[in-house]
Amino acid sequence: MRISDKFIELKGRKEGALIAYVCTGDGDTGEIVHALVKGGADIVELGLPFSDPIADGPTIQASIQRALDAGMNPDKYFDMVRKLDVDVPLVVMTYYNLIFKRGLEQFAKDCSDSGITGIIVPDLPPEESGELAGYCEKNGIDLIFLVAPNTKGSRLEDILKRGTGFLYLVSRLGVTGARADVALSTKEVLDRVKTDTPRAVGFGISSGEQAASVFKSGADGVIVGSAFIDIIASGQDVTGRLQALASEIKSSLR
Amino acid sequence: MNITKKGKFGRFGGQFVPEVLMPALEELEEAYERFKDNPDFKKELDYYLRDFGGRPSPLYHARRLSEKYGLKVYLKREDLIHGGAHKLNNTLGQALLAKYMGKRRLIAETGAGQHGTATAMAGANLGMDTEVYMGAKDTRRQRMNVYRMELMGTKVIPVTSGSQTLKDAINEALRDWVSNVEDSYYLIGSVVGPHPYPTIVRDFQCVIGNEVRQQIMEKEGRLPDSIIACAGGGSNAIGTFHPFIPDTDVKLFAVEAGGSGLKCTDKAALHSASLSVGEEGVLHGARTKILQDPYGQILESHSVSAGLDYSGVGPELAYLAETGRILPVNAEDSEALAAFHELSRMEGIIPALESSHALAYLAKAADSGELGDIVVINLSGRGDKDLEAVLEKVGQL
Repeated sequence: MRISDKFIELKGRKEGALIAYVCTGDGDTGEIVHALVKGGADIVELGLPFSDPIADGPTIQASIQRALDAGMNPDKYFDMVRKLDVDVPLVVMTYYNLIFKRGLEQFAKDCSDSGITGIIVPDLPPEESGELAGYCEKNGIDLIFLVAPNTKGSRLEDILKRGTGFLYLVSRLGVTGARADVALSTKEVLDRVKTDTPRAVGFGISSGEQAASVFKSGADGVIVGSAFIDIIASGQDVTGRLQALASEIKSSLR
Repeated sequence: MNITKKGKFGRFGGQFVPEVLMPALEELEEAYERFKDNPDFKKELDYYLRDFGGRPSPLYHARRLSEKYGLKVYLKREDLIHGGAHKLNNTLGQALLAKYMGKRRLIAETGAGQHGTATAMAGANLGMDTEVYMGAKDTRRQRMNVYRMELMGTKVIPVTSGSQTLKDAINEALRDWVSNVEDSYYLIGSVVGPHPYPTIVRDFQCVIGNEVRQQIMEKEGRLPDSIIACAGGGSNAIGTFHPFIPDTDVKLFAVEAGGSGLKCTDKAALHSASLSVGEEGVLHGARTKILQDPYGQILESHSVSAGLDYSGVGPELAYLAETGRILPVNAEDSEALAAFHELSRMEGIIPALESSHALAYLAKAADSGELGDIVVINLSGRGDKDLEAVLEKVGQL
């Protein structure tokens, strides 16, 4: 499913999107994804683990390490994604070297073949993205860009021109991870980033309350990762609690 | 000269970093362009390099070594620079740049502690808050260097993620910079990382090669036939080589750590020879030659010398190696240790284990004639820091 179709559907219902991130291969990814979708996740970001994840905080780093230790690799990743039976857009989030090593064209093709319709690469700024963007377009995949609180001027305009699917607005300076203070800088970023492309806010959102305030500030969706991963890491009633948290956050986006 | 596109050396280099760092890299590039030729900045840096750092360093004719190998060997004595290595050239330059940019805090990564120590010196001297990330494993292996940094007021932060070594320390320093980009300056220790770092660090290290050129002309009235330098990230190598790149008669040998052989296991390489046998990839913000598995996961590297123990190499070196201007070669742990002992005995100079790799290549190649008649070896650091590591190795052998 294309990301834009999902946002059109949500807009019709006046809902915000819950975009859930998990690292593939940390726990039973099939069950985890089903629980998230059942709870109300509209889009699922499936992390493809990389050995040196510089944009991630301790929670996601640990998840990536567990997935790598359990033997996850790009071949197994695409196999696993192909077998997922869910009716939401799937997005791969990974670092550039894994894409580069596989070959940009091959990677885009593998995404398309396995049902992935979006790619997020946290260490690929627009300046270096031209070649991958070409292969994405050819394979019907959105290349999703991040906008940081300090992205301004001509760089921001450039990103707005290139971004498809949705824009990933980073709520604050820093790495991924749950934080108490999300609202203030989010409002500022949303005011600055004017575009027709849906805007989803991530980095630090972990509760329905935070999600509601971001939604009220005008975001089209929220991205939640570390809060789900905390549940996976605990190993306690994982699918039940994932579904409950997804449902709590999703209900605050209606 | 080699920059064909913004921050590119051929197809190597570039800026593969999170969006939040892009404005900071732009700011850094602008500031560097503004200050690098600024007379006040240059005068101040020259002053610190001379009166605080001890520059220029001598170019020493190693008489007994020359006799043994049947050619004229000169040693560029970076081991005599304050701190005992070439590292200070870069940290003084960047710390001063940070100060001109109005930053109050320096962050840096360190492997064995040499770059961290040199950053601590510059930070203390210029009165800036300094925090250094160091793999937890390295903080245990290099307790004395941790203490040296702490004595100079630097906060050393042990990194417990990943393999707990240099590459993880770089990851963590980048994460800190992402979070504190407004008031902090990331002082990277080698010619690696995103543009403009490989250029900035190279420029600050070119003082080595510029002095060599002047000194060899005074002593010999001509340029050397070969220059040998060790290469991990490659800052001492490119700093020595760069002024000679147009002089195509001068052979430039970059000696990488061959470790215990040019092989890999599933998770780790037994060497650090990314120029010689690495593959193209993207690590720490730059497209370069790296040690990686078939999927692109970064392999841990190995060398007896902590300063060469890195899974990547500077993008400009990758480019120069590909064009054939520099020649990547390597020396194994055992060869470096033999050279370490040889220079100590024959010349009364205890070399750093890193520099011992460059010396080892002299021993390997002298007979072949490929080095010519006059060779300059960059003695990038002194070996006092390595005595414990060597004792351990010698006990093992």
